[in-house]
Amino acid sequence: MTPSRASAGRVLDLSGLATYAYGNRSLMWWGTLGLILIESTVFALGVVTYLYLRERTAEWPPHQQLPSLLYGTVNLIIMILSGIPNQWTKRAAEQEDRRKVQVGLLICLIFAAAFLVIRGFEFGALHTAWNDSAYGSIVFALLLLHTVHLATDFYDSAVLTVLMITGPISGKRFVDVSENAFYWWFVVASWVVIYATVYIVPRLT
Amino acid sequence: MTEHRNSRETQRPQPGEEGRQWLDPPGFYGWLTTVDHKRIGRRYIVTAFLFFACAGLMALTMRLQLARPNGHLVGPDFYNQLFSTHGSIMMFLFAVPVMQAMGVYLVPLQVGARNIAFSRLNAFSYWMFAFGGIMILTVFALNTGPEAGWFSYVPLAGPQYSAGKRQDFWAQMITFTEAASLIVAIELIVTAFKLRAPGMTLNRVPLFVWAQVVTSFMVLFAMPSVMLASSFLMSDRLVSTQFFNPAEGGDALLWQHLFWFFGHPEVYIIFVPALGIISAIIGTFARRPPFGYLALVLSLVVTAFLAFGLWVHHMFATGLPPLGMSFFTAASILIAIPTGVQIFCWIATLATGGRLEIRTPLLFVIGFFFIFIIGGLTGVMLASASLDSQLHDNYFVVAHLHYVLIGGAVFPLFGGVYYWFPKMTGRMLSELAGKWNFWLFFIGFNMTFFPMHILGLDGMTRRIYTYDAASGWGNLNLLATVGAIIIGLSVVVFFANVLVSMRSGARAAPDPWGGKTLEWATQSPPEPCNFPRIPVVESRYPLAEPELAYVTGLPTQFRAMLVTRLHDAAPDHVTADPYPTIWPLLSALATTVFFIGTVFTPWGLVWGPVPVAIALTCWFWPKAKEVEIQRRVEIKPQAARPAPVLRAGATP
Amino acid sequence: MMGRLSNARFRWLAVGCALLAPPGCSSNHAAMNPAGPRARSIAELMLGFVSVSTVVYLIVSAVLVWAIARRRRAGTSDDWLQRGSSEQSNVRSRQVISWATALTVLILLTLALCDYFVMHGLSSRPTDSLRILVTGHQYWWEVEYDDPDPSRRVRTANELHIPVGKPVELVLTSQDVIHSMWMPNLSGKKDLIPGHQNTEVLLADRPGTFSGQCAEFCGLQHAKMRLMVYAEPPKQFAAWKQAQLQDARNPSNDIQRHGLEVFESSTCILCHTIQGTQAAATVAPDLTHLASRTTIAAGALPNTQSNLASWILAPHRFKPGVQMPATQLQPDDLAALAAYLASLK
Repeated sequence: MTPSRASAGRVLDLSGLATYAYGNRSLMWWGTLGLILIESTVFALGVVTYLYLRERTAEWPPHQQLPSLLYGTVNLIIMILSGIPNQWTKRAAEQEDRRKVQVGLLICLIFAAAFLVIRGFEFGALHTAWNDSAYGSIVFALLLLHTVHLATDFYDSAVLTVLMITGPISGKRFVDVSENAFYWWFVVASWVVIYATVYIVPRLT
Repeated sequence: MTEHRNSRETQRPQPGEEGRQWLDPPGFYGWLTTVDHKRIGRRYIVTAFLFFACAGLMALTMRLQLARPNGHLVGPDFYNQLFSTHGSIMMFLFAVPVMQAMGVYLVPLQVGARNIAFSRLNAFSYWMFAFGGIMILTVFALNTGPEAGWFSYVPLAGPQYSAGKRQDFWAQMITFTEAASLIVAIELIVTAFKLRAPGMTLNRVPLFVWAQVVTSFMVLFAMPSVMLASSFLMSDRLVSTQFFNPAEGGDALLWQHLFWFFGHPEVYIIFVPALGIISAIIGTFARRPPFGYLALVLSLVVTAFLAFGLWVHHMFATGLPPLGMSFFTAASILIAIPTGVQIFCWIATLATGGRLEIRTPLLFVIGFFFIFIIGGLTGVMLASASLDSQLHDNYFVVAHLHYVLIGGAVFPLFGGVYYWFPKMTGRMLSELAGKWNFWLFFIGFNMTFFPMHILGLDGMTRRIYTYDAASGWGNLNLLATVGAIIIGLSVVVFFANVLVSMRSGARAAPDPWGGKTLEWATQSPPEPCNFPRIPVVESRYPLAEPELAYVTGLPTQFRAMLVTRLHDAAPDHVTADPYPTIWPLLSALATTVFFIGTVFTPWGLVWGPVPVAIALTCWFWPKAKEVEIQRRVEIKPQAARPAPVLRAGATP
Repeated sequence: MMGRLSNARFRWLAVGCALLAPPGCSSNHAAMNPAGPRARSIAELMLGFVSVSTVVYLIVSAVLVWAIARRRRAGTSDDWLQRGSSEQSNVRSRQVISWATALTVLILLTLALCDYFVMHGLSSRPTDSLRILVTGHQYWWEVEYDDPDPSRRVRTANELHIPVGKPVELVLTSQDVIHSMWMPNLSGKKDLIPGHQNTEVLLADRPGTFSGQCAEFCGLQHAKMRLMVYAEPPKQFAAWKQAQLQDARNPSNDIQRHGLEVFESSTCILCHTIQGTQAAATVAPDLTHLASRTTIAAGALPNTQSNLASWILAPHRFKPGVQMPATQLQPDDLAALAAYLASLK
């Protein structure tokens, strides 16, 4: 600031402010929200594309078996259940209990690994290929999109887990763990929507 | 224009304790690793203008080919690459990035922040943008440029009718540039929401910042559509998905819906920041606050919402039901209203302000009015589905889009460059050259594009590499080409002005125009941390106050940034801005290899992410020494002392 | 009644557009030179919008110039005028802007309403129309006159003959990429989209020759994909149609006979049809009455015997990127072929 602007007069002393904060006080929360808005738009457009293509096709799925419900539903259950360790870890992070966070993150990782494995089986049980028809293409696209989110969430949870174990840790790492939970909820919520689109919609008359 | 009351700064004072934290490493390594939003914003602007020049040369080549009937300068294949690459570069590598770059540079300064939020991501986004642009220019030079227009309709752009890798490179360029844009959009929103100086309530946020925030939200919701569409296109071409193949249940119109759902907001993404520039310049030059702050802000917001409800007007010729067309006609006509309100407010500001000195920034803003309004009126014509059936896909539309984009965005942009160049570089641009720049541009532009309205009405369709003499289109085309050459001259004058002034222009004071927003409270150019002492804002135009209070007590052991609350900008906590790092650049290189790899093989999708993941992990991994320092001065949220209450009695 | 009314309106229209856009207002590919009621209703709407736009532009420009000129003369040297919201100039501004906005809304709504009425008129489907199927190809127009009796379907390429005064319903689709049919004097444009079927109505109320280009970028020779429309008095149209339904003329001399032999023994028959000969492929334009057309290659060349020969020998010289391959023929074979084709009236 140029000298003549800075007066000797009024100041605002902020020396007592915290050096990090949780929830929507933190920049990470807002960044994560931005990412969630973007990805939600991608998913919404994907679902709209699915419905658009279905509208233009007499038989849906065209000359194909319906995707089998088993693995998708198993994943749905696992994902909703994963909310429990997710929430627990988030709370542990906000309490800044490093031990608890390490345990929680490891449990979350196990859940994530489980649904990645089951996702593999899901792809096999779709009864269609991506190059069969527009139906196959959009079904694969929706599932692939979600899998990418699963994979990135798995990876960054893994990185956080390692970091929590090895250090170096400062307060704001706990904020990162807390925000990771925020993103995890988005992965779960988006799966509910994709599951409904891929598995339930073609079964409606 | 009287110089501001302060004496000219001839020497930059040495950075104090706060300042030292914010220095970049010296030399080229500092240039590669910087996370300073000003350095990144400047290189973004420079790079975007370089792309602008390339695309301009392409346009000139097309105009030379079309100057006479049966031109032989270029053949149809090269011509198709010319117009496709010209449009793609102008839209994806110039117009949007340069507007976002103005935000990257100015938003932190205008809100009183020391840096942009997520400053390393900012660096990463620049490299992604630059590498995407280098890729498309390289493939163009290698005769593998895009060939299906900037909007790449299928089935023409699909695997059956567009051989080779041309459209794959086009689609991947989209991925590069949209990723960069999305990242910058998040940064700008978070900066404007959470890094404002204490006391800058939403009611006191500068109009330029509002425009950038509104634009950033449009980016968040529009860009995913084109990313999805271009991914579908690439997968149709690479791995035989059937999204756009009617024979297998796909639909050619699906592309158009997905593309234009992005494409219409895209033009507002380009236009709305320019509206912010105009408010800033008019406010300063009219020597009064822009009239109708609330109306101006609401107009921006309404424009953004309406922008998402218009896309079908690009598809009026595709055989849609008449009722649907009437709806989109109505919506497309209505969006003229908020823009009209803004124009009225600006004219009122000019009419009721103080003495006007018509310097180059204001000249370009005046040029905006005369050119953009024509574009807006032809836009209303195109909005009418009946008229559009005659006007669509011919030179009338080419005229319209250039009137609104050049009049509505490029003219204000040039005005903004003349206005903020002193702040960004510490030098004034030449007024004489500025006036030549303006008049050559204004005259050349109208000479080039006005005749195109007539050509369109006379049946000249778009994207044709030649026409015959019997059509009668020769004379107007010749006139347009002469105009294009004049535009080229004006751009040469501009670049010359910039290059010469950077070296020997008059040195700029902190506030050479008498602007009243916070960026004018910093040096020209600002020191690395922008505000060694963060100001406390008590009105909408802080520099109109007799004095500014400021913040003390922020830590100096790291790059302290003050985070405030969204609704009232009350101080909330302090966060550490990252130090310069090479990892954004390395991550961008890894991502580039990933993206370009997938153009050639689907296995790129599997292996490409590996180096990216490694680079991102190294980027994220905290340094022990930095963590140690932060821990030493750490104040946990529960242990923090509540922030003092701001003094009451401040007026907007 | 329609004739008299439309003549009066047409004169007014011609004056209006002569004032506003002198060049290119009278060509056979101009939107402001309507030859039928559909194009005329659009042209009138256009004139209305342009007039309103011109007036608005002049007013706003004048106010802007006034505002700038006024403030340049003002002598105050105040550094920054903080204007309170109750200050007189602000109150006045608010009033003016409110009225201007209200007026803008009114004008825009009126324009939207005018468009609605024109659109409503344009979307009515006539019941007694002549149906023609037009299929877009890279880079030519396939034309088939619909008829319940398959033997009465005229097939041609790159041109339409339509009777004056009778609505013609075009059924539009494409075999490859998206094209767009646009005859500015007769109607707005409509896309030809693979996998979709669109309709557009043409109605001419005076005879004439009209020209239009493909209006959706479709590849290398998008620039040379012209469609001609000949609006003819009903008797002339009927005669033309009758002639088109005949099989191809038999060769009338030895050279032409040789030409037919060359045709049937070359690659020509892989793509083209000549009714009454062995050639029956439908990949490329129907050549049965080729010589009755004024141009070849969708308007790229005038239809003369020598142009035919040059085209056959090297189509890519005139339309690089066209689907038709070059045909290697001995000079006298080529001349005979061209002579035969030139006889197919």
